[in-house]
Amino acid sequence: MQAAGEAAPVFAAGVPRFDPKWLIIALCVALTLYLGVVPLAFLLWQSFFTPQTAAKAAQFTFGNYVEAYGSADTWLLFGNSLKFATGAAAVSFAIGTLLAWMNERTNTPFKGFFFALSVIPLIIPGILFTVAWILLGSPKIGIINLLLQRVFDTDVVFVNVYSLTGMVWVDGLHYSPVAFLLMTAAFRAMDPALEESAIMSGASVLQVARRVTLPLAWPAVFATLLILFVRAIESFEVPALLGLPVGLQVFTSAIYQAVHRYPSQIGLAAAYAVTLLAITSVGVYLQSRISTGGSKYATMTGKGFRPRTIDLGRWRYLTTAIFLAYFLFIVVLPFMVLLWSSLQKFYSVPSMEALHRLTLDPYRTIISYPNIVRSVWNSILLAVASATTIMLVTSVICWIVVKTKLPGRWLLDNFASLPMVFPGIVLGLAIMILYLTLPVGIYGTIWIMLIAYITRFMPYGLRYNTTSMLQIHKELEESAAMSGASWVTTFWRIILPLLKPGLVAGWIYIVIVSIRELSSSILLYSPGTEVLSVVIWELWENGQYVELSALGVMFIFGLFVLVLAAQWVGRRFGIREL
Amino acid sequence: MLKVTGLCTDYIGEHGQPIRAANEVGFEVPPGKLFTLLGPSGCGKTTTLRSIAGLERPREGEIAVGGDVVYSSGRNIFIPPNQRGLGMVFQSYAIWPHMTVYENAAFPLRVGRKRLGRREIEERVMRVLQTVDLQEMAQREATKLSGGQQQRLALARALVMEPRVLLLDEPLSNLDAKLRERMRFELKRLQRELGITTVYVTHDQSEALALSHAIAVMNRGRIEQIGTPREIYERPVNQFVADFVGTTNFLDATVSGADGAAGFYRVRCELGELKALAHEALAPAEKVVLSVRPEDIYLSESRPDGDNVLQGRVDQKVFLGETADFQVLIGERRLQSRVHPSLRTRVGEPIYVRIDAEKCVALKP
Repeated sequence: MQAAGEAAPVFAAGVPRFDPKWLIIALCVALTLYLGVVPLAFLLWQSFFTPQTAAKAAQFTFGNYVEAYGSADTWLLFGNSLKFATGAAAVSFAIGTLLAWMNERTNTPFKGFFFALSVIPLIIPGILFTVAWILLGSPKIGIINLLLQRVFDTDVVFVNVYSLTGMVWVDGLHYSPVAFLLMTAAFRAMDPALEESAIMSGASVLQVARRVTLPLAWPAVFATLLILFVRAIESFEVPALLGLPVGLQVFTSAIYQAVHRYPSQIGLAAAYAVTLLAITSVGVYLQSRISTGGSKYATMTGKGFRPRTIDLGRWRYLTTAIFLAYFLFIVVLPFMVLLWSSLQKFYSVPSMEALHRLTLDPYRTIISYPNIVRSVWNSILLAVASATTIMLVTSVICWIVVKTKLPGRWLLDNFASLPMVFPGIVLGLAIMILYLTLPVGIYGTIWIMLIAYITRFMPYGLRYNTTSMLQIHKELEESAAMSGASWVTTFWRIILPLLKPGLVAGWIYIVIVSIRELSSSILLYSPGTEVLSVVIWELWENGQYVELSALGVMFIFGLFVLVLAAQWVGRRFGIREL
Repeated sequence: MLKVTGLCTDYIGEHGQPIRAANEVGFEVPPGKLFTLLGPSGCGKTTTLRSIAGLERPREGEIAVGGDVVYSSGRNIFIPPNQRGLGMVFQSYAIWPHMTVYENAAFPLRVGRKRLGRREIEERVMRVLQTVDLQEMAQREATKLSGGQQQRLALARALVMEPRVLLLDEPLSNLDAKLRERMRFELKRLQRELGITTVYVTHDQSEALALSHAIAVMNRGRIEQIGTPREIYERPVNQFVADFVGTTNFLDATVSGADGAAGFYRVRCELGELKALAHEALAPAEKVVLSVRPEDIYLSESRPDGDNVLQGRVDQKVFLGETADFQVLIGERRLQSRVHPSLRTRVGEPIYVRIDAEKCVALKP
């Protein structure tokens, strides 16, 4: 707890001893700085070089930026990205806010049940959700189109997911639970007396919502919109699967294509990545400004109040119907279509005829698929290893930031949070460039993916740990020191056990998001280090839809079991959020 | 046993400037004695205690425990807290919620530099739990204890390694009034029985008076006075000490001259001429402040004999059960007096006031 740089203490016996405390702290700090800063620096550096070929060494150039910004295509790309991200954020926000309001402020029946269900969509990995919606809404094979065409006896294409609107809808729908959770928190933090006094002044339900509730929730609304926007502009699965086939590019899919072109244009990809990074940085920066400077609007009063709910009367059947429709679109339909196609020999639209051809063949095929066992093993290994490393390293980082008065500790906090601005594909690119250049021999091994995962999810670990660390009274630590315990003993036997709620919650969260990870892995895997999501991607590229569906059904089932287990563990350790 | 010399500590203020928390603090605690640092919040008492513990690093000074220097700015010695071998009870008790009562108390023996056998640990833990009367609760979750029990467990944990000095940081401030009074007696009994050298920090003057062998009254980082509880209470050296320890009536006065026995002076104040006691020599015409405790102001309906008798009228009275507080108006001046509740003079009626010359203390302002 003394500042660094002070003279080494001299002991009564006169024997100075080495304290392993400083070694652990130094290792954790070095790792954080290395992971947070180095890939970014390399990415910037690389964006100023020509591609390296056998014939010619890389040269310094502004060419990548000139090429990127000189062409009209880039501005189209820019426009598409903004349109897509804004649209998806708006869709998520509208759906999420409506549901949150219905759930928090109305007397819609069964709303507690819906709250429990609302998190399920987050379990379904983006790539599976997108594939499911292709099976539902593609112009040629989409079930929705085929059914409607049969009913109305026409050839008209009713819905087409291969369009900007389709992308916005699928991506917006998939992330609407995020908006739902954020806005639920915002509604809960609001003092109901402010709304009640509006009602007492004679305002109607809609007037209260428009004139009181929304203006009060404005900082939360703005922050939520920013989060959704940043997340949507980082989105890879939807633009890659829905946009690329019809030539609709956004930054993330353009980066992927630039890398996978022959010869791969890493410099161009880096230039795109830098632009994307600039956009997300502004978003994250604005969002942190709002959350720290929002005291003017602070509506939090005491705790434990339960807002009065609005009696909707007969309208509550409508709100129930909305809940049901939502659940249908986001869970039931996507899952059912995957389940259906996983039971077919060749993909076909549901019909009585097809019903007679139900088979478990796809499951047999997928279980004996060449890479499947190794990829499952890789996924689990990476998830557990990255979650464990992150939680332990960030616990030390977080201790330094929260508990010490070390100068420059805020900088450490910022560096550890830096990966937050990295879209997955940009991080993948940056790490790829870094280890292609550094001759340490981890390119093409599973280690490079571990590094990517640790870097990418480090900010989450830090946040979970910080919440718990803030609740540990400093005297709990000091009393251990007074009992004669060294720093290492104190950390191991007092801090870590007390940190357990945050550690466990963060660990589970990171395991779940790592297992679903695609956008970094897609640039970093090599034969032998595939993970589950990459196998799904490959199956899609090969057109093996039924096998993909079988794997998807098992994958979702596995994740579902994992989340149930997590909730059980959560209850045991007294964790509320998950 | 404990010697603190010339201790200065700084902390960094909001704008990065150093702020002095303790200034030239020095005292000595003989073996087996209970020494109290008393003062209002922010006076530097807790900083001083934490410097002794090693939880804070002072800027200057020297601290020695039983002859071993644990901190010295001059010789660049700083022994970290976990190697000082001191026991400490924290204000929040700092009971570890993830351990049982037994594990909490055994922790210092398990992590210390000296490795002890299982049996010896168990024996010592059970002995110390018995001392604080928690032996029945050994296997209980620490969080299931009541406030008073947690306090005793914190004490047991501090005592289990038989420290040379026990440090107590406002240990009773989180208890309710009844329990606080009981723990006060218990703490005193334990300290006297075990004969452990103790430094006690509190802002509660009655706690300090009840428990201590010696008290240091602190204000704004400095020690104002060190003395036995009786000395502090009866012969405060300045206005701050008189005001902070107990309640008192202050009267501005001017010295007229010496009066008879050594230390007594005649002074002139707004109530008239009084005879007062001073602990330092005063010159005629010197400005002083008289401090008179409410319980040293005697009230009676008939005129008493002796010095310092005045006449006034009852302005207000408060019945408190075991005592009664009277506000007596003498001229324009209100004096507070604490009397036996049997005095039943009504508000507005005349009353005689007598102040013991020995208890009418003249202080230099």
